[in-house]
Amino acid sequence: MSLELQALDITAPTGEVLINRLSLTIQPGEIVTLMGPSGAGKSTLLNAIAGHLPHGFGLDGDIKLNGHSLLQQRPEARRIGLMFQDAMLFPHLSVGDNLAFGLQPGVKGRQARRAAVERALSQAGLPGLYDRHPDRLSGGQRSRVALMRTLLAEPAGLLLDEPFASLDANRRAEIRAFTLAHIRQRAIPVLLVTHDPEDAAAINGRVEAL
Amino acid sequence: MRWIADASRLRAVVLLIVGLGLLGPIAAGVLETALAAAGRMPALGALDFSLEPWQRLFNQPGIGRAIELSLLTGIGSTMIATFASLGLAGVIQSPRYHHRIGRWLIPFLATPHAAIAIGLAFVLAPSGWIARMLAAISGAEQPGLWSLAQDPNGVGLIIGLLIKEIPFLLLMMLSALSQIPLERYRAVGLSLGYHPTTLWLKLVIPALWPLVRLPVMVVLAYSISTVDMALILGPTNPPTLAVVLMRLFAEPDLLMRLPASAGALLQGGLALGAFGLVLVLERLLAWFGRHWVRRGQRHGWPILCARPIIAGTSTLAVLGALAMLSMLIWSLAWRWSWPHGLPTAWSLNAWANSTQTLLTTLGNTVLLAVATTALALMLAIAWLEAEDRGGHGRAGWAEWLIYLPLLIPQIAFLQGLSILFLRFGLSAGLLAVIWAQALFVFPYVMITLSDPWRGLDPRLARSAASLGAGPMKQLFRVKLPVLLTPLLTAAAVGVSVSVAQYLPTLFMGAGRVATLTTEAVTLAAAADRRVTGVYASLQAGLPLAAYAIAFLIPALRQRRWQPSLGQTA
Repeated sequence: MSLELQALDITAPTGEVLINRLSLTIQPGEIVTLMGPSGAGKSTLLNAIAGHLPHGFGLDGDIKLNGHSLLQQRPEARRIGLMFQDAMLFPHLSVGDNLAFGLQPGVKGRQARRAAVERALSQAGLPGLYDRHPDRLSGGQRSRVALMRTLLAEPAGLLLDEPFASLDANRRAEIRAFTLAHIRQRAIPVLLVTHDPEDAAAINGRVEAL
Repeated sequence: MRWIADASRLRAVVLLIVGLGLLGPIAAGVLETALAAAGRMPALGALDFSLEPWQRLFNQPGIGRAIELSLLTGIGSTMIATFASLGLAGVIQSPRYHHRIGRWLIPFLATPHAAIAIGLAFVLAPSGWIARMLAAISGAEQPGLWSLAQDPNGVGLIIGLLIKEIPFLLLMMLSALSQIPLERYRAVGLSLGYHPTTLWLKLVIPALWPLVRLPVMVVLAYSISTVDMALILGPTNPPTLAVVLMRLFAEPDLLMRLPASAGALLQGGLALGAFGLVLVLERLLAWFGRHWVRRGQRHGWPILCARPIIAGTSTLAVLGALAMLSMLIWSLAWRWSWPHGLPTAWSLNAWANSTQTLLTTLGNTVLLAVATTALALMLAIAWLEAEDRGGHGRAGWAEWLIYLPLLIPQIAFLQGLSILFLRFGLSAGLLAVIWAQALFVFPYVMITLSDPWRGLDPRLARSAASLGAGPMKQLFRVKLPVLLTPLLTAAAVGVSVSVAQYLPTLFMGAGRVATLTTEAVTLAAAADRRVTGVYASLQAGLPLAAYAIAFLIPALRQRRWQPSLGQTA
């Protein structure tokens, strides 16, 4: 299950070329760090892979997951997990229900699903907090819940958009370690976009510049 | 620290005006209605408390069916309108289209309820447009016996309400959607594998609902208690409760006002009961929804919802457009006999013959619209500015306070209020009508202006302050000019609400203040369709003109800017 970008071009509606002939292959279990100054089109690239490229943008080349092109697939069918710097927990759902929203539908039965969510809560260091409101969590806790929510959907590939940027400095290392540990357990290709050199150092993998 | 004293003074003044001008009279009106319902109306020599008003109310022929019809049409149309607009907003989804759709909704929002009802009656009548079109196909020689206008089950009334309320709710929902991070929600939900429709049902609607609950209740209160629409489109024998009450109020025997007041109170009770129903339904759906969300299915009811919603709302839009067109055509018709699809002879007679009265009523209507809109706009600006200077957002109770006049059925306090006016020797007339209309214009102006006002970049005023501009200068030289477009839109909304008012004009004007709406509703009952068409067209044209001006002024101002921008580019 590898993620391949083949000679990818992305142009903005203004005609400006944001991504120019980018080719990149990420092996299962590999985390590739993409670094670049803000405005270099990093988020646009992630949106293109996930299928959220805004109206008016042009795309050329191919994006393949496990050998199959994603371009003709609807975003919800791509099985590409996406995480932003803000956790985007849904404020009208409890913490547990946020996780249940993510848990893949193959887990059937009320008790089995509840147990899976409780397990994820424990892994996130929030055991027994199913009914807690997301606003009552700290920034680090929210990040961990958001990661668990993404992983519960069992994505075939994962994109992280500056996932640690909004955390304060002394939390960042801890959450980063937590995130990397959980991601590495899965044998999926991961693309992480950042402008923080510490992220790249911690991941200690391939670094691409944009 | 003068500016702090300034801020709290402005707030106090606003609260005082709202309390004395809005809350007090509504409370007094409801109280007076309640007293009359309990048999006490000193002006008529009725001094003893008794249950007789209620007995007489329930002795009215067909009263049970009238109550049933009110609930059926009111709750039915509100439910359909709510689900349809939630679905439509879901079909639209992408915020890219919100602005354009908002523009298409304007004719439906601007046209008063009564005008839509009159036009729709033309369309749905046994000899109306639809019947004529069917006759052209089937070759029928006589007008049909079926009719959806004034049908005994209130179907025509429900259609009319839907044509007005779906655009209103849709507009409210699109504006509420801009307050939640819709694009991010969609990105997260889709990347978790959710189909867009399922995502809409499971994620967006629950987040949206708290923001549109109040507008839905406004629609509910209006639909249950509407008088003008029910008079024109509703069943006649028996009619809905509100129409029964209007007939009682109009009886020459003034003592009939006692049972009428009891009915007005009952009307308020029906609205309260319906609100309760909404809250119960909300809880139930939330409970089921939560368990549905926990099951985690990514697909469910996908296209099932979209097609019927698009088909249904398009049909309503066509009916609404036909209704607006038909009143204009009728006003210009000379001969338009069955089964012709268009008049066989045209004429301006209907317009020319009624010029004199038309000008008087038009003058009254414009005067009322300008006065109430100006009042409401000033109060709204003062309120929002007080919020700004106080530096805190709006409390929940304040939101309810603004909506209050729209949540209480008009009939429940207007009658009491007119009694109160009589008792204190205040003359019913133009001033009383201005004030009564402003009660309903203010909330809508406030609703329209609040979001753009709060969306204003606070740094604008702050940089003005750092340049030495005081609060007044910040308001008049920075905020208001920047907010010109929303201010004009709010004014156009104010005009359309004022023009549409029927009951407040009737009650507080004691029947002496004739407006386009009161005349149109009266004419719709009896006179010929040409004259009714004239009044209804003008009634619809006036708010549309207000919207046109609201669009033109910023456009002209922008044209003045463009050359200099071009030079710098």
